[in-house]
Amino acid sequence: MKLFFAAAGAALLLAACHNNNSQNAASGQSAAAQITGAGSTFVYPVLSAWSADFARQSGAQVNYQSIGSGGGISQIKAGTVDFGASDQPLDPKELADAGLAQFPIVIGGVVPVVNITGIDAGKLRLAGPVLADIYAGKITSWNDPVITRLNPGLSLPGAKIAVVHRSDGSGTSFNFTHYLSQVSSAWKSGPGEGKTVAWPTGVGGKGNEGVAGYVQQIPNSIGYVEYAYVLQNHMAYTLLQNSAGNFVAPSAASFQAAAASADWKNARDFFLVMTNAPGANAFPITATTFILMHRQPKDKSRSDAALNFFRWALEKGQPQAKKLDYVPLPADLVSQVESYIGATIK
Amino acid sequence: MISPPHSAPNNGAGGDRLFRLVTAGAAWLVLIILGAAAASMAWGGRLAFETFGWRFITGRDWDAVAGSFGALVPIYGTIVTSLLALLIAVPVSIGIALFLTDIAPRRLRAPVGMAIELLAAIPSIIYGMWGLFVFAPFMATHVEPWLNDKLGPLPFIGTFFSGPPIGIGLLTASVVLGIMIIPFISAVARDVFNAVPAPLKEAAVALGSTRWEILSQVTLPYTRSAIIGAVFLGLGRALGETMAVTFVLGNAHDLSASLLMPSNSIAAAIANEFTEADTDLYRSSLIALAFLLFVVTFIVLAAARLMLARIGRIHGRTH
Repeated sequence: MKLFFAAAGAALLLAACHNNNSQNAASGQSAAAQITGAGSTFVYPVLSAWSADFARQSGAQVNYQSIGSGGGISQIKAGTVDFGASDQPLDPKELADAGLAQFPIVIGGVVPVVNITGIDAGKLRLAGPVLADIYAGKITSWNDPVITRLNPGLSLPGAKIAVVHRSDGSGTSFNFTHYLSQVSSAWKSGPGEGKTVAWPTGVGGKGNEGVAGYVQQIPNSIGYVEYAYVLQNHMAYTLLQNSAGNFVAPSAASFQAAAASADWKNARDFFLVMTNAPGANAFPITATTFILMHRQPKDKSRSDAALNFFRWALEKGQPQAKKLDYVPLPADLVSQVESYIGATIK
Repeated sequence: MISPPHSAPNNGAGGDRLFRLVTAGAAWLVLIILGAAAASMAWGGRLAFETFGWRFITGRDWDAVAGSFGALVPIYGTIVTSLLALLIAVPVSIGIALFLTDIAPRRLRAPVGMAIELLAAIPSIIYGMWGLFVFAPFMATHVEPWLNDKLGPLPFIGTFFSGPPIGIGLLTASVVLGIMIIPFISAVARDVFNAVPAPLKEAAVALGSTRWEILSQVTLPYTRSAIIGAVFLGLGRALGETMAVTFVLGNAHDLSASLLMPSNSIAAAIANEFTEADTDLYRSSLIALAFLLFVVTFIVLAAARLMLARIGRIHGRTH
C-alpha cells in the first residue's frame, strides 16, 4: 500500500515537472506580452473586440477587467495594471501627482430613454433644464405644461414620472450629472455632479443593464443609458435640445459632431468633458472614455506593447467600434493623441 | 515476556491529544476569524464614526458629492425587508413541515420535500432576476394598484400602502426574500417534527386532540428551540442577502413609511457602491455600514438566545 502511494506521488511529481518545462518552452517561444488593464464598463465591449483582433494579428494578449471607472483609476495609480480606463477624466494636477498620462480612446453617448405607451423612439423632445427638473423631482407628471409645450403634437398621459438612475458609481452617471449641472444651476447647487450623487428621487438600477431593465419593466419611466444599450434593446430614446437650440437625435453622426466641435486643442492632458458641446448637430450628452497610463512605466516593454495596441485601435479599430455602436475618434483628434503619447509616455 | 504497562496504549493517547488539539484549533480559528473580521470592519469604519459620531446611525443623507453619509435608510431597509420576509416565511414553512410530516400521503413526501430543498439550491441572483422580470410586473399590474385603491385611503394603515405602482420596492423585496428563506426553515422544521416521539402524539390523539391542537400543544413546544434556531437562520440569510434584494428593492436612499416605495439595504448599498467609492470617507462609510450589519446580526442572535433561555425557564427545557 505504502509503495503504491509512493509510486503514485513520484509519478505525479514527474508529470508536473514535465508540464512546467514544456509550458516554459512554449511561452518562451511566443514571447507575447500580456497587457493588463482595468476600468470602465462602458468601453469593455469594444476593448474586448479590439483585443481579440489584435491578438490574432500580433500575438499580444490584452486582459481587461471591467470593474468600473473608479476601480480602474485606483488600479493604475497602484501600478497593478498597465492601463486604466475611465469615463471621468482626471484633472492635470491629479495626473501630475500620480505620474499618469491620459488620452481619449472612444466616444459614445448617454441617451435618455422613456417607456410611455404610444411614444416611439425619437418622438419625445426634452430640453436640458426640463431633464434636470424631472430628475430633481420638480416635474412629476408626463403631461406637465413644461413638457407638453416642447411636444405640441404628442398626447402625453397624466401619469407620474418614474425616474430611474444608477445605483452604482459610474462614469455614465458622472457625464449625465455633469451635463445636468451645466444646464441647471438648481441641479449644480443641489445634487451636483459625480459618479454617485444623492439622487432626489427615483429608483437605482445596477449598471447600464439595470437601468435599461427597469425602464423596460416600469411603465411611464425615464432613465439614461449608453447608446449601445438603446440600440441593442430597441428602447425609445428622446430627442434632446443642444446648446444651439436644435433637437438632436442620438446617433454616430451627432456624437461625432459633438466631438469635432469640442475644443481638444486647448485641453491639457485632454481634460475635457464633452457634454453640452457647441455645434448645430451636436448631441448634448456625449462622453469619452479615457485611457490612463504611467508616464515613466516600470516595465517599459509592457507599456510599449499597450501603446502599440492603442495606436492600432485608434488607427485601424474603427470598423469594430462602429459595429458595436461606438464612435471612433475623429482623424485630427487621433493625430493629436498620437503626438501626445509620443511626447509624454517614455 | 510481559511488556511493561506504561508502553501499552501510548499511541492512542497521543493520537487523542492531537485530535483534541486539531478540533480545538479549528474552533478557535473560527472565533479568531470572526473577531478579526469584526475588528477590521470597525477599524475600516473608524473615519466615518469619527466624522459623524452617532449621527451616522441616525442620518438620512447619503451624499457622496457633499461627503455626508448616514446609515438610517440602509438599516431601515434591511430590517424591514428581513422582518417582513420572516412574517411571510415562518407560517408557510411550518405549514409545509406539518404537511410533509403529518398530512401528505407517504408517496408524496419525498418528491415534495425534494422540491422544497431545490428552492434552496437556486442561486440568489436567479431569484433577483425572476423577481425583476416576472414578479415585479405582476405586483405592478395586479397587486399594488389594488393595495393602493383599497388600503391607501384608510386612515392609519393607508400610509403603509400608498405609492406609485412601480412593482419594485419594500413589499416585493420582502416577498422574494421570504420565498428564499422558506427552504431553510422548513427543512429544519421537517426534521425536527419527525423527531417528536410518536407516543406523545399518539397520547394527544387518544385524548381527542385535533391536528391543530397536536401541532400547537405537543409538536411546537417540543421543537421550540430548534424552530427558533431555524427562524433565526433564515433571518440571518435575509439580513445579508445582496443580489436578490438589489434587483427588486430599488436602491433608492429614501426613507418612506410606505411598503410600496423603493428603499435600500446595507448589503445592496455596499455591493453597488464599493468599487467606485473614491474618497476615503466614502469607503470608510461603506465599511462602517458593514460593521453595523454585523452589529445588527449579533443583536438579533443575542435576542434569539435570550428568548430561548427565557422560554426554557418558564416552560421547561425539553432538550
